[in-house]
Parts: sequence; structure tokens; C-alpha cells
Amino acid sequence: MKLTELTLTQLRDGLRQGSITSVEATQAMLARIVDVDNDIRSYLTITDEMALEQAASADARRAQGEDTPLLGVPIAVKDIIATQGVPTTAGSKILDGFIPPYDAFVVDQLKAAGAVILGKTNTDEFAMGSSTENSAFVTTSNPWDTERVPGGSSGGSAAAVAARLAFAALGTDTGGSVRQPASFCGVVGLRPTYGRMSRWGVVAFASSLDQVGPFGRTVADCTALFQATAGYDRRDSTSLDVPVPDFEAVLTGDIRGLRVGVPKEYFISGIEPEVEAAVRAAIAQMEQLGAEIVEISLPHTRYALPVYYLIAPAEASANLARYDGIRYGPRVDGENMIESVKRTRSLFGPEVKRRIMLGTYALSTGYYDEYYGRALKVRTLIKQDFVEAFKQVDIIATPTSPTTAFKIGDRADDPLGMYLADIFTLSLNLSAGCGLSLPCGFDSQGLPIGLQLIGDTLQEAKILNAAHAYEQSTAWHQQLPLTGAS
Amino acid sequence: MTEYEAVIGLEIHAELMTASKMFCGCRVVDSVTAPPNTATCPVCLGMPGMLPVINKRAVELAIRVGLALNCTIQRHNIFARKNYFYPDLPKSYQISQYELPLALDGHLDIELASGETKRIDIRRVHLEEDTGKLTHLDKDSQFPQGGTLVDYNRSGVPLLEIVSEPNIRSGEEARAYAVKIRQILRYLEVNSGDMEKGVFRVEPNISLRPAGTETFGTRTELKNLNSFRALADGTAYELVRQAEILDAGGQVVQETRGWNESKRLTFSQRSKEEAEDYRYFPEPDLPPLEITDEWVESVKLTLPELPDTKRARYMADFELSAYDASVLVEERAVANWFEHTLAVSDVDPAPSPKSIANWMINDLFRLMNEHKQGVADIKFEPAAFVQLIGLVENNTVNNNTAKDVLTEMYQSGRPAAEIIQAKGLAQISDETAIFEIISQVIRENPDTVAAYLSGKDKLRGWFVGQVMKATKGKANPEIVNRRLAEQLDQLK
Ligand SMILES: [Zn+2]
Repeated sequence: MKLTELTLTQLRDGLRQGSITSVEATQAMLARIVDVDNDIRSYLTITDEMALEQAASADARRAQGEDTPLLGVPIAVKDIIATQGVPTTAGSKILDGFIPPYDAFVVDQLKAAGAVILGKTNTDEFAMGSSTENSAFVTTSNPWDTERVPGGSSGGSAAAVAARLAFAALGTDTGGSVRQPASFCGVVGLRPTYGRMSRWGVVAFASSLDQVGPFGRTVADCTALFQATAGYDRRDSTSLDVPVPDFEAVLTGDIRGLRVGVPKEYFISGIEPEVEAAVRAAIAQMEQLGAEIVEISLPHTRYALPVYYLIAPAEASANLARYDGIRYGPRVDGENMIESVKRTRSLFGPEVKRRIMLGTYALSTGYYDEYYGRALKVRTLIKQDFVEAFKQVDIIATPTSPTTAFKIGDRADDPLGMYLADIFTLSLNLSAGCGLSLPCGFDSQGLPIGLQLIGDTLQEAKILNAAHAYEQSTAWHQQLPLTGAS
Repeated sequence: MTEYEAVIGLEIHAELMTASKMFCGCRVVDSVTAPPNTATCPVCLGMPGMLPVINKRAVELAIRVGLALNCTIQRHNIFARKNYFYPDLPKSYQISQYELPLALDGHLDIELASGETKRIDIRRVHLEEDTGKLTHLDKDSQFPQGGTLVDYNRSGVPLLEIVSEPNIRSGEEARAYAVKIRQILRYLEVNSGDMEKGVFRVEPNISLRPAGTETFGTRTELKNLNSFRALADGTAYELVRQAEILDAGGQVVQETRGWNESKRLTFSQRSKEEAEDYRYFPEPDLPPLEITDEWVESVKLTLPELPDTKRARYMADFELSAYDASVLVEERAVANWFEHTLAVSDVDPAPSPKSIANWMINDLFRLMNEHKQGVADIKFEPAAFVQLIGLVENNTVNNNTAKDVLTEMYQSGRPAAEIIQAKGLAQISDETAIFEIISQVIRENPDTVAAYLSGKDKLRGWFVGQVMKATKGKANPEIVNRRLAEQLDQLK
């Protein structure tokens, strides 16, 4: 087996046994990136020199008898997460060339865990999108069909993991931006409970919804990266000061007696029949494994999309107001300051401009109560749906996205159609729960289908173990896209 | 002519004297003297992905102010984003409080020139962050293009906004209210009150309505007032300006106006059409700030005695006049100094508080004024001051000598006894010595003695003067007077 085809956990075993060095693994990944990323375009920046230094240092530390959770493991990081001394663009021209003087908390954690950082992956501009087509720099291709999108906004990270261009990767999930691309690319992606991951150093899109999440080729890989990066950070006031359990230890594969809720509102018209069939089959498989399937209702589900598209743009309109070219980032000069700021802000792409306008409008005097204020109230109802549901069940199973990966350009001019790609993932961001997506089959065109498992607040262990149990009883995760196999 | 009633509300912004900024760890520095942009970090520069953390100390100081202004402290606090674009505001929003501010419904009693007391209601007190500072450049050799410089040292400094109800009725009332707020903030040691440096800023909103009506007229807001004088004069000017417009049948334009100190008039800065919609919404980066009863109670314990209470106590306990008591309580440091003198126990007989107060107000303050110094600059301890007064009261020195000794103490910081010893200033109370000196004066001035004896009683004072001159002012005046009367009368 090629080095690059190892899972993260297999690589880690090899590094621990001394059969592989981090430098070898890193060189293999960097070589593969050079070989095939022209087709996938998952990376915006490749930090090869830094990666090789980190790899050499990891090998040296291991030679001294040290071991840390990700010592020597090459990882990719979404380009919306700040990396000290390395460009961080958020997929936007307005941050083109911006080099932060700080690391995000999760990057600190990666470094502390001994990880090797391969580079920064593509994203829809400021994480606004579901396909990476809104990236100001490049559209990433889906490794299963390069004419199709990888999903988004963390499409670069999902594609990199699927195409074996990183052993795992970090993304961010504001409305489904980890789970939906995980589903489209056939990998595992976790959106942890809000507050489980520090947002320090994560370029803000919608502060009350943003959360960092890990991608892996398997549930165990995803869990390993989650374990290493989760935790309380006093610099993020919304970070939860709770202990991080040993998640890797809870992957027992035993889900007997686990109550799995299936919400009727998630099997709607518009869902592709092959997606519904695969998800129902996966739920049946979980029943086979000893889970108890319970039909439940999340009655306010249909309001999630409008609520999300009021709250997220409203917060974004304020979060993105700072990009004026005065202190950092590119500046387009004008004859006076106001003109200069206007021109600089013209560097935002159309989707970002659209959301800034939507959000500004929703917060304006005279409209606040009708739009933003009401959205906050309905958000409470959506949260309450989950509180009620988790009185009956341990986890909830749904499709991750109503469709498999669509073609590049298909929805580019159809913002509403694009918004529907996240229809099953948005509710979770509005609630206080956690969720993941994992592969549960392929459609007739060979495109991956994702199963979403949703857990209650801080109950990542339950969904990770359920996902692991299901994964171990199937072979979906063992199928790899043919990227670069010529 | 219609008679108008002035409707004035005050917004006061006061920076809090915390060691670090409101939402980051940066030091709070003097925004005038510190080199620009030396107390900044990615948080207060609004860099991508940076997050605020509430400075607990700032909250504590704000609670202190809320309590001192008789407000209700809100237990559930929400921070909000106030959105507007300006280059001195790095995030393009200010973290402030909107719907649920820290303190509500307070009041403050002010004394009017008439001697009456008036209660000004306080609507709210809330916490926010200050902005950076802009310097607009003239085109010169260094900056041929002109331009604007930004200093973010002040960005993120904790700022308290104190909003009064509009029940202020004149420029003088506005000034009395602002002066008292400043005094209280200084007492609470939360703000230095330095208006020149802009750490204490007062912005009145002003309108007129026909006397006896309850509706509100169109209001203007005044900015750039960097002294209490400017506040009183600018407000008075604005009231006259508005009255003239209304009398002429015109309408006041709702706008922000500036005060031009040299031309002594207000001018339009920004009209309402340009006024911004701040689009307030709850700050998602900060969870609600819950203030517990225990926290409020513990802050209550740190509150010092406030000037009104202190003044009443001085008047009742020490029989000080209202004026003297006011002077002593004006600044907390002065009152503290005064109270330290009262704690001095090793001077016998102990001077009365009233006597100490007199010496402070009449003599010590004169020296401080002459040297343009404050109580912190005094080189001697309160105990040394009491010792000097004790030396007067036990007749070691007389009053006039004591004043000279005090001047010397003020300059050198040396103890009174030492100065008196070194300069031989001790009062002469020896009856025999004084008898000898008087006898000598009588011997040497037979003509004046004759004139006195012929009935010119007023010459008695001249003899006293001669004796004092002969003793370099050290003779005990009481003994001189008595002995002189006796000795002159014997000659009759
Ligand atoms: Zn700072």
C-alpha cells in the first residue's frame, strides 16, 4: 500500500512503530500534491518548507522518545483559520496577501500535538457557499468527478482528504460547511458542539454559528484530529470550560440499545431517491447493529433556512465591516478616504456582497423586529425541537444533503438553489448540538452519499461511536477516488 | 415673545482607570503622551478572527459608579454591537450596551447658585469601548499630501457612558451636574476627570419648548466641549440661538453642533440626514454578563464615603461652615489628608478639627495655589501639620511666626520644631524678659511716652509694635499687651 493511502491512524501506528518517518510521509504527501492537485485545486497555499521542518523536528522528537497525539502527522488547514506567518485569505481578494501575526487556537493545538501542516485549503469566500465556487481564487474539484463541486465551504479540506492529499484536515462549519462537503467527497466530517472548539483566530463569518470541525477518511481519523484540537480557550468567551473526554476510547463499535431518532421532516420532496434509499438503508443497518429506531418530529425544521439566512448575514454584515484596507490587507486607493474604502470593499465577491446587504437590511431600524428579532425567536423554537427530541432519543439520523455533488456551474447563478444544499445541516448550527457526516453509499453515478448523525450538546462521543459502529460494518470508507491513478 | 423652557440631557463619557483595556490585555496608556500605536494588539486593532474577553475590573468599576449614582444594577447584561464606519473604529463596530445596560434609573442631587438642591435623574449607565484617535495633518514638508494619522492606543479602553434624563434646565445646571459627576468619579477612583485629555467628555442635547408644555422640541447635540466653562457657555449660546430661530418662526434643525471656543459660538457638524442607523444587535462573541447579588454587595463594600455624606458629617461633627466643609470634600485626596490630621493623637493639647480646617483652608491651600500644586505634592505629613498648629496653641510660636514656619515647611518638608529651633523663632513668653524689653522701649522714647500720657491712647499700638520689633515678632502678644498696659499705667 502506498504511504499516501494510509489512514491517519495507520500512519500514526507506523510512526510509533518506527516503520515510517514523518519526513517520508510528508514528502510523499507533498509529492502527491504536486502530482495531482492541479486537477483538484484543494490547496491555496502549500507550506512545504515549514512542513518538512516540522516533520524533521517530529522525527527528532520521536527519536528522543517523545510521543504526542499527532506527532509527525501531515494535516491540512482551511484557509479561513489563521496561521502565523502563513497567508490566510478566507478565500477572499480582500485578504489577499494577509499574513496573520498569530495562530488560531486550533493551530496552536495542532502544533502542540506535533502535527505537520501541509498548507491552507480552498474555501468559499468567508465560508459563504456550498461548492467553493465562491472562492475568489479557484474552484476545487470533487475527487470523485472533477467536473463536480466538492461541496463547501470547506470543500478544499474535504477534497484534500478524499484525494489523499492530507491525512486529515480542519474545516469550519457555519451552516453545514464541514458536513456537506464531507458528504459530497465521501469522507467523515464533524461539526462539534458550539463552544467545544475555540474560534480564536478563525476569521469570523457568523459568530454565533461558526465552529471548527475536523475531516478524516475514517471516523477514527476524524476523532483523532478532533481530540487534538478541541478544548477550552479563555480567549474565546463562547468557548465551553468543560473537560474534553477521551473520544478515541469511546469508539467501541457497540451501539446496542442506542435510540436513533429519524425525523420525518427530513425526508421531503426534493431529496434524490438514491440519497433517501441509501440513508434509509444505513438506518436499517444501525438497527441490525442493535440500535432502536424511533420516528420523531422536529416541527420547526422548515424555518431553519429563512432563520439562518437572516442571522448569518446579519452577523456577517458586522464581522466583515472591518475590511476597509486601513490597517491590513490590500487597499485600492481613491481620491479620498471614503472613496478608497469603497473601492477596497469592491474586492468582495458577489455572494459576500449579497449577504452583507441582506444582513444590513435585516438589522436596519424599522426592520430589526420583523427580521433579525423574529429570527432570534424562531431560533429558540428550533433549539427547543432538539431539546424535546433528545428526551426521546440518543442521536438523530438524517441525510446530510438532499443530493450528491452537483456539477460545477450548475447552481452558480442560482443562490437559492445553492442555499438548499445545506437544508439538512442548518438546523444543527442554530441549535446547541453536534453532528457529523459519514459515507453511506454511492449513487448510480458513483458519487458518495452522506449520512448525518446529530447528537445533543457535548454528546460527540455518542455520534462518533455510532458512526464508527456503522462504518466498521460497511466498506464505503475503503473505496477511494481514482485521483492520480493513471 | 413666547417664554421657553430649556430641555437639556447630558451624555457623559468617562474612560475607566483600569490597568488593561476593556476586551484585550493591552495596557491603558496616556493617550496624549504615549508614542502612537505602542499599546495595541490584534484584538484592539480588529484583526480577523480576534475575539473580545470582558475585563472584570472594568465591570467592577462600572458597578461602583452605578451604585454611587443611586442606580439599580442590572443582573443580566447584554453587550451589543453598534455598527458605524470610521477609521478610528477598527472593527467598524463598537462593543457597547443597548437594550440591557449595566445600571438604570439613578439620580444625583446638585446645588444651584441659589443654594437650592435639584435632583437630576439618570437614565442609564453602560459599559463600552473607546475608539482610536485621528490626527488630521496640514499639508507641510513632512506630509505634502496632508492626510490623517490614526493612533489606536485608545482603541478598546473601557468607557462608561452616563446618560441623564432631560431634566436639566440651563447651562449652569448642566455644568453643576457635570462637575458633580466628575467629582464622584474621582472619589470612586475610576476616572481622572481630565477633560483636556478627553478622558472625561460631556455632550449635552438641547431643545426648547414653550414654558408649561410637555412636548419635546427638536434638539441639537453639542460636541467638542473640553471644559466646564465651554459646557456652560456653549449650552447657553445654543439656548439663545434656538430661541431666536423659534421667535422668528423658524425651525431648529436636528443636528450635531460643535463649540468654537475662540469665536464663542456653535456651528453645524452633521445633520440628521447624515445621521447613521447603528443597527444594534446582541454581540455574539460575548455571552450575557451575569452580575450576582454577591458581586454587587462586595463592590458596595469598596465604595468610599461620597462627598455629600462627608460634607454633612464635617458640618455636624466638626461644626464646620457649609463653605469650609465643601472646600475640604471637593477632592477625595484633600478630604483624606484632612482626615489623617484628625487621626494624629500625640499632640497635646490636640487642636480642634475646626482649627485644623482653618489652617488648611487659609494657609495651606494658599501655599498650594501659589505653587500650583496638589495635596499629593505636600512634602510633610498631616501629623507634622498638626504639630505646628499644636505649637501655636501651646504658645510656643505666635500665629504670624507659625505662618512663616509653614511656608518654610512647605518648601523644605522639615518639621516645625526643627525650623523654630534652628531659627530661634520660639515665642518669648518669659514675663521678666518682656518686662525688660518694655522698660527699654519706655526709656528710649520719652517723647512718645509723654504724648501717650497726655491722652493719646492710640499710641498703645505703637508701643506694641516696638516691642515686637525688638523681639523679631517672637514675643507672646498676649503678655506684651498685658505688661505694656501695666507698665504704662504705672507712669500715670
Ligand atoms: Zn489590545
